Amino acid sequence: MTHNSSVPLFWRLQKSRYTLTGTKCHACNTAYFPPKDFCPACRRKGEIREFAFSGNGKILSYTIIRVPPEGFQNYTPYAVAIIELDEGTRISGQIIGNPENVGIGKRVRPVFRKIQEDGSSGLIQYGIKFGIA
Amino acid sequence: MTRKVAVVGAGYTRFGEHWERSLRDLSTEAGALALADSRLSGKDIQALYVGNMSAGRFIGQEHLGALGADHAGLTPLPATRCEAACASGALAFRNACLAIQSGKYDIVMAAGAEKMTDLKGTDAIATLMGAGDQEWESSIGLTFTGLYALMARAHMAKYGTTREQMAMVSVNNHRNGVRNDRAQFRYEITVDKVLSSPMIADPLTLLDCSPITDGAAAVILASEEIARKFENPIWVLSSSQASDSLALHDRQSLTEINATRVAVRNAFRESGLGPGDIDLAEVHDCFSINEIIALEDLGFCRKGEGGKFVEQGKISRDGEMPVNTTGGLKSVGHPVGATGIRQLADLTMQLRGGYGPLQVSGCRTGLALNIGGSGATSVVTILGNSDLKGR
Repeated sequence: MTHNSSVPLFWRLQKSRYTLTGTKCHACNTAYFPPKDFCPACRRKGEIREFAFSGNGKILSYTIIRVPPEGFQNYTPYAVAIIELDEGTRISGQIIGNPENVGIGKRVRPVFRKIQEDGSSGLIQYGIKFGIA
Repeated sequence: MTRKVAVVGAGYTRFGEHWERSLRDLSTEAGALALADSRLSGKDIQALYVGNMSAGRFIGQEHLGALGADHAGLTPLPATRCEAACASGALAFRNACLAIQSGKYDIVMAAGAEKMTDLKGTDAIATLMGAGDQEWESSIGLTFTGLYALMARAHMAKYGTTREQMAMVSVNNHRNGVRNDRAQFRYEITVDKVLSSPMIADPLTLLDCSPITDGAAAVILASEEIARKFENPIWVLSSSQASDSLALHDRQSLTEINATRVAVRNAFRESGLGPGDIDLAEVHDCFSINEIIALEDLGFCRKGEGGKFVEQGKISRDGEMPVNTTGGLKSVGHPVGATGIRQLADLTMQLRGGYGPLQVSGCRTGLALNIGGSGATSVVTILGNSDLKGR
């Protein structure tokens, strides 16, 4: 019973997950990831367009997951951080490499990696993780 | 509040691993306990609100409102399920209050129930993660312990909160739970034991985390006119609810829960009370760090000083602000949908007096904080043993 393992869900989110594509409201200059089709600040006056994030940023907080959910057992332990991207938006992401090297304030850059697999014959999902810059 | 509402009956089942009992058995028992406590009969109940997070995933059962009414023999009364993850219980309570305040009903039952042990551990972890953002948190391997660990790490870095201070939250709640014959874990633990238990998500260990639990709780609410006929009605001085972003990473701050700050501000405004007027509190300690953050957000201590507040023993049952005097989520257990109602049932009993070994002496007002997810919903309820008329 893993989440996020259906083909339609994977396809729908694929572009954002592969390329960190979000949106930006050109009325207030705020970038959104995951993409929002509606600017909560400007509401109907908002001017939303697609926007690609660089994926560079810094770690605001982190943890090391030692008891993982289904689908992530092969990667455990792994570090997860909340990252403030240079564009000002925050996202959650896995940090690759030795989890002991992760720290608050460290700079990160995006890397394309396998995220999880649904058993030996199910869907393999790819996406962006982060490496210490 | 426009129309006054009071709690006139309360009860909850033993919390724990009830392998031999189903959700419907537990719910019916809780309802019967509350009815017996109120000395009302099932026929007097005009509407039912059921708090439940995820029976659909835990046991494959939806339609919990009708299920509860059916199994308790209360059909055809209107029965409604309320869901806000771990805050579902307080949400059911609040909606029951609103239903009475609207003038539509005079006697309403608010119940909460969850049956969590029918699923294996990893599936329970995945189900609980439904309270977070499925597309952008669960998808990268985050768990609920992970989300609160992110908050803990940020709080430690910003305010110097220590692992020991977090452990003391669990120690306090276990010590209180020893007195509670319905608690899942009735034994004391030590700071060393918390620190040396298995790491789940750094810096949180197993004993920083509330358990997986089966259980149900119920309360009966009545309008002022009805409540005045009871010997010791416990008045709802305020019930307030606020929301925030589903994902933790979208919040303004990782070291506070803004939904709690908004809900408690409104609750204090509505009741005319302040943090100094509260005699005891039931605070949502799903993870030890959450109780520390809550103490700050509720205004019991200054921002950043929650750890110190705990370390100084101020939350102990004879301290200046007794918190989780019946054991909290950590020791009583955390059947997610039931917890919010269990907190209010415990406050009701404390405020009436005569709560056996659990009784905290001289309490007149109590506050309950029930949090959904990593803080996307907060419900603050203030109860009092007088209606503060003439204040």
